[in-house]
Amino acid sequence: MNGKQSYSRRFFLKTSGALAALAAIPASVKSLYTEVRNFIVSPRQTIPLSVTINKKALKLTVDTRTTLLDLLRENLQLTGTKKGCDHGQCGACTVHLNGERVLSCLTLAATLPGKEVTTIEGLANGDQLHPMQQAFIECDGFQCGYCTPGQIMSAVACVNEGHTGSVAEIKEFMSGNLCRCGAYNGIVASIQKVAG
Amino acid sequence: MKPFSFSKPGSLAKLMQARKDAAQFLAGGTNLVDLMKKNIAAPGALIDISTALSDKVELTGGKLRIGAMVRNSAIATNAQVISKAPLVAKAVLAGASPQIRNMASTGGNLLQRTRCPYFYDVSTPCNKRQPGTGCSALHGENRMSAIVGYNDQCVAVHPSDLCVALAALDATVNVTNAQQKQIVIPFKDFHKLPDNSPDRDNQLPANAIITSIDIPDNPFAQHHAYVKIRDRDSYAFALISVAAALHIQGGRIADVRLASGGVAHKPGAGTKQSSS
Ligand SMILES: Cc1cc2nc3c(=O)[nH]c(=O)nc-3n(C[C@H](O)[C@H](O)[C@H](O)COP(=O)(O)OP(=O)(O)OC[C@H]3O[C@@H](n4cnc5c(N)ncnc54)[C@H](O)[C@@H]3O)c2cc1C
Ligand code: FES
Ligand code: FES
Repeated sequence: MNGKQSYSRRFFLKTSGALAALAAIPASVKSLYTEVRNFIVSPRQTIPLSVTINKKALKLTVDTRTTLLDLLRENLQLTGTKKGCDHGQCGACTVHLNGERVLSCLTLAATLPGKEVTTIEGLANGDQLHPMQQAFIECDGFQCGYCTPGQIMSAVACVNEGHTGSVAEIKEFMSGNLCRCGAYNGIVASIQKVAG
Repeated sequence: MKPFSFSKPGSLAKLMQARKDAAQFLAGGTNLVDLMKKNIAAPGALIDISTALSDKVELTGGKLRIGAMVRNSAIATNAQVISKAPLVAKAVLAGASPQIRNMASTGGNLLQRTRCPYFYDVSTPCNKRQPGTGCSALHGENRMSAIVGYNDQCVAVHPSDLCVALAALDATVNVTNAQQKQIVIPFKDFHKLPDNSPDRDNQLPANAIITSIDIPDNPFAQHHAYVKIRDRDSYAFALISVAAALHIQGGRIADVRLASGGVAHKPGAGTKQSSS
């Protein structure tokens, strides 16, 4: 009994020591893991962001890698702006920055403080469509509609810039917006209608 | 994309202090952000240079000075550029799209990387992307590759349109180096041929910054053309382009400038100048 008892005591001491050691390991392993992980995969970095989108002033915190396009679609649920190529080649993501047309897929959100963004959602005046939106409906300026928000944002800028002198000029200054359905003639007609 | 820190210093001195080897300058982002998405560029820090550098076009002592942050669209519509160097405005308008020109800066246009498909395809060897791995384009998809000045290490071309006009007009590049000294690099020496270092596109010293471009007073405002041949009428890179400028005096050609684009590692390679 005695031997058994002493064995048990030793066993108890041994196991509790081992358990204590085990309990200590996770903390050091965890910190080592974090260290190695941060060495191999650098941790995400965030930045505070004050920006005005469709006349609404917002205060956000974003990952520095976030593009304006992903900010709109993934964080703010403004899904009107479309992602076509994500590499500056199609124009589907066109928005206005301080009134000028730019590609939101190549604009980092971190560069936006102090700037005003207008997306397709900010174009209409309440229930009243923007004249360009109305013209696209009347002139068949779209088929599937995927490129349309980008086309309309670009078309509004094209008129504001005064590049509507001829069909050739409109085509040249709308060349940054591709349409896989080929609704180009309707798009040109819509722009001519608004330009008057 | 690899995580990075982001800063936007307000002065040139602060920009230069922030510029460490792992950092990269961000201007319009139309090339750099694209390359970062593909992990071809992976800076640990981005320094937004858009407020610290000039976005003005000025006429100083007959020279036209274009600030490094003048957007491409602003070059094309600037009254002084149109009167003193209209060839430059024409070349800019032949490039990219209105949206990209609204974003792209003058400095960034000079420093944009090649559009060779293998440079963009990280699964293939490319001496420009990964020195020593070989050139996939040499015997691959190379109908848009170099036709002059290439070697078996690299057949990539510089895709800029603006640069072709700047080469024709003897522009100079104003640079502040890492020691914060100002240096001037003649445009014809700014970009380089692949040589044994195809990973380097130009002679800009490490960690230096372009502050502006100067275009000297020139007699070419009257007679000039920028011709760009490409797969579609607009929004496509050049198969070949030519900037041509003539100085005509008394019915005779007194001076000619011809510079080519889209055909070499360096814009304006084979630039011809002849004065009678
Ligand atoms: C779809 C598409 C089509 C295009 N078509 C054409 C075309 O037909 N013709 C044409 O000419 N171009 C074309 N471009 C390229 C475009 O013109 C360039 O991407 C643009 O000019 C780069 O300028 P940026 O200010 O956006 O540069 P960024 O992308 O911000 O920077 C590019 C590089 O330059 C460095 N940099 C920028 N400014 C400075 C400075 N002042 N000093 C030191 N380093 C600096 C950055 O660190 C980076 O390495 C096209 C681009 C796209 C996406
Ligand atoms: S998604 Fe931005 S240009 Fe295609
Ligand atoms: S309407 Fe379908 S892509 Fe333009």
